[in-house]
Amino acid sequence: MLKLDGATVRFGQRAALDAVDLEVADHETVCVLGPSGSGKSTLLRVVAGLQPLDAGRVLLGGADQAGVPVHKRGLGLMFQDHQLFPQRDVAGNVAFGLRMRGASRAEQAARVGELLDLVGLPGAERRAVAALSGGEQQRVALARALAPSPRLLMLDEPLGQLDRTLRERLVVELRSLFAQLGTTVLAVTHDQGEAFALADRVVVMRDGRIAQTGTPLEVWQRPASEFVARFLGFENVVPATVTGAVAATPWGKVPVPPGSPQGEVRLLLRPGGIRLVPSRDGLPCEVVARTFRGNHVALRLRPGAGPLLEAECDLAAAPEVGSGVGVAFAAGGVVVLAED
Amino acid sequence: MVLARPEVDGPDANGPDTDAPGAGRRGGEARADAVARRGALRRGGMRFALMALPLVFFALFFAWPVAAIVGRGLKADGAWQFGRITEVLGDPDIGHVLWFTTWQALASTALTLAIALPGAYVFARLDFPGKQLLRAAVTVPFVLPTVVVGTAFLALLGRGGLLDQLWGVRLDTTVWAILLAHVFFNYAVVVRTVGGLWSQLDPRQEEAARVLGASRLAAWRRVTLPALGPAVAAAALMVFLFTFTSFGVVQILGGPTFSTLEVEIYRQTAELLDLPTAAVLTIVQFAAVGAILAVHAWTVRRRESALKLVDPAQTARRPRGAAQRVLLGSVLAVVALLILLPIGVLVQRSLDTPDGYGFGYYRALQAAGDNGSFLVPPIEAIGNSLQYALAATAIALVVGGLAAAALARRGTGRLMRSFDALLMLPLGVSAVTVGFGFLITLDKPPLDLRTSWILVPLAQALVGTPFVVRIMLPVLRAVDGRLREAAAVLGASPLRAWREVDLPLVRRALLVAAGFAFAVSLGEFGATVFIARPDHPTLPVAVARLLGRAGDLNYGQAMALSTILMVVCAVSLLVLERIRTDRGGEF
Repeated sequence: MLKLDGATVRFGQRAALDAVDLEVADHETVCVLGPSGSGKSTLLRVVAGLQPLDAGRVLLGGADQAGVPVHKRGLGLMFQDHQLFPQRDVAGNVAFGLRMRGASRAEQAARVGELLDLVGLPGAERRAVAALSGGEQQRVALARALAPSPRLLMLDEPLGQLDRTLRERLVVELRSLFAQLGTTVLAVTHDQGEAFALADRVVVMRDGRIAQTGTPLEVWQRPASEFVARFLGFENVVPATVTGAVAATPWGKVPVPPGSPQGEVRLLLRPGGIRLVPSRDGLPCEVVARTFRGNHVALRLRPGAGPLLEAECDLAAAPEVGSGVGVAFAAGGVVVLAED
Repeated sequence: MVLARPEVDGPDANGPDTDAPGAGRRGGEARADAVARRGALRRGGMRFALMALPLVFFALFFAWPVAAIVGRGLKADGAWQFGRITEVLGDPDIGHVLWFTTWQALASTALTLAIALPGAYVFARLDFPGKQLLRAAVTVPFVLPTVVVGTAFLALLGRGGLLDQLWGVRLDTTVWAILLAHVFFNYAVVVRTVGGLWSQLDPRQEEAARVLGASRLAAWRRVTLPALGPAVAAAALMVFLFTFTSFGVVQILGGPTFSTLEVEIYRQTAELLDLPTAAVLTIVQFAAVGAILAVHAWTVRRRESALKLVDPAQTARRPRGAAQRVLLGSVLAVVALLILLPIGVLVQRSLDTPDGYGFGYYRALQAAGDNGSFLVPPIEAIGNSLQYALAATAIALVVGGLAAAALARRGTGRLMRSFDALLMLPLGVSAVTVGFGFLITLDKPPLDLRTSWILVPLAQALVGTPFVVRIMLPVLRAVDGRLREAAAVLGASPLRAWREVDLPLVRRALLVAAGFAFAVSLGEFGATVFIARPDHPTLPVAVARLLGRAGDLNYGQAMALSTILMVVCAVSLLVLERIRTDRGGEF
């Protein structure tokens, strides 16, 4: 459906997109994940035709889009802050794309009703957009983008401005909606939870380049680089020397998965792969802080040597701050990272 | 007025740069200074296309006539006579005019600020019955033709005026008549500019200062005053500009004693036929106005510093305590005495015939009269004025709208800022010069407009255009460019997107701009008096002609015609007040 081929956009000296190659298959939901400034919004604008390319190509359905103006690309784009037309009511917003395509009034009305049902706002046609809550505006924006049945739907921080519970609910709704409609979706977000919940495939971006591509599970379990690991919120990243199945780290010897690259590497120790044991059975640490995280407790531990260590444990087993614990590492929770 | 608040409340000051690709709300992925070259070229071309017509218009109907008349004055036997400048400036009479022009403008500005600033506070922060109506009423003088303002004060303070009848007091021979008329005329400028901002300042800022230990006065001085300062400065500059170039008011109230530069230019041109002197004076006024506008542009830029603005409806309260009630009372009294009374007296005089109250003077307007000053019945001036003003409004809307559209586009550099300033110049350059310049430049092919009716609307549009730009610019800038992008992604071509997105958002501002351009065109006097044909006078020209003749009948007719002109202006303003958008409150 969508293919980016060496897409490059430069703002002055800085490349917002640096020779990006990306493909989105039909009916696939791809989520571009990255911190602000990584070029992910520029990526959407390039596909939409709102931002000219300095080099490379954008192909939609196999056709090069160079020279095709924005309004002829037949895409849907849901803006970060919705950009609903303030002077039109809900129906006027949803029907806009249909009107531009010359749909009849009856067609428009039918499609608007259908979409408002779909997004869970039945009968909202005559409401003023200013009177809608954030979540409702979100739904109207989605209905507006979907109404002309775009071949590719793009979402810019789709749930960014909503509160947490609403977000979690909408992610589920969106996912089932896209599955039901068979829509091809390209979304960008800085929120990993959103990306992992929404996407078939996640693309992590950094400084205009793609840092990693994979299913949510792959990316989460095997971050490709220190950047990706840290962006996902992992903090136990240390230099290490791998010899055979063991790595020497500031925290002592740690087992690594079989077949790991040898020599000087960066090592990620996922908190989930760290077990708490009695002090004498592992690396002795002092509990510095503990944070309640719902179904588990996150711990910050200070070992005798080396940087602070992040670990987690069950609610019931959580040690007090100031108490001493031992730490043991499992090879399954250790990831050898590629060079950045 | 006017020239200022737009920039204050423009959400553009700190908002996302809509043209900068990818510059999202969260602190852009791309900064405006790093714009793709191709896009910049395309935008540059578009802006030039938008600017072309306004530039041609100003070159043909402003720069050329003014340059021609200055050239004619300063050139003799094909050589420039710059010695003229020192010669004229050395003339003690001219020195006297310069001195008077300056000090009366300073005095008028100070007096206006002193009287209108409490009014700005009251209109901004206090809630009282009839506030909307009163706000419209105090704005009426600003769109009144200067001739009518002069006439109203003549009826109040002049020979046989209200004060003369009551107490035998006449002020028309003193400078006070001029100063008070200037306050009357410019009261709304201060109330609208300063009050408009004041009503949007978040009161919680002052409350924050109070909580931190500042007294009420200290909080006002440290928090509110600095925020208002630039708006006060801009209002003061505008009042200074208007009073410095005052013509109609001084022409009528000044008598032989008091003369501003503008009046002197008129006298030298029309009565003494001394073009060289008029040319030098035009240059002097041009330089002074240029300097004032430069200072104004500087204060506007300073004002772009981020202010936290809120909905005015949230800040106004019912007056509390004796102090606020006294303040409200005195402001209402000032408004009644200074603004409503002159208007009332004008109307009363127009009805006060020798045979008792009645419409005698109005009926007399329908006769051509035997006094020889009119080839046609004065009443025809109404039709002429309306036609001219409508045409002028159309021209001003097109020229000003295009200019505002060009200015509203992003990446405003030095060039665009000077274009902005150029658009303001007609407000300050001698209208008399422009009018006379029209006569000597637009009289030969290919542009022979001497006998064309369009000459008058063209001159009037020159004055209306700055208002259109000032009203349209903030509204156009406020339209979020991403709304246009949203429309484009949904399949709207650029033209369609403009029609579907921009036009509905700016339609009301366009109406307000049209109304102001109409009112200003209707009242234009300085240029029109030169170029209106004797058998096609406009209302202000007819009023001035009637006032220039002796006799009760002429005087009464002048009052009647002024009343008609005032009603037309006031009605268009009141219509505007009803369709006013909350954004368009700068006038």
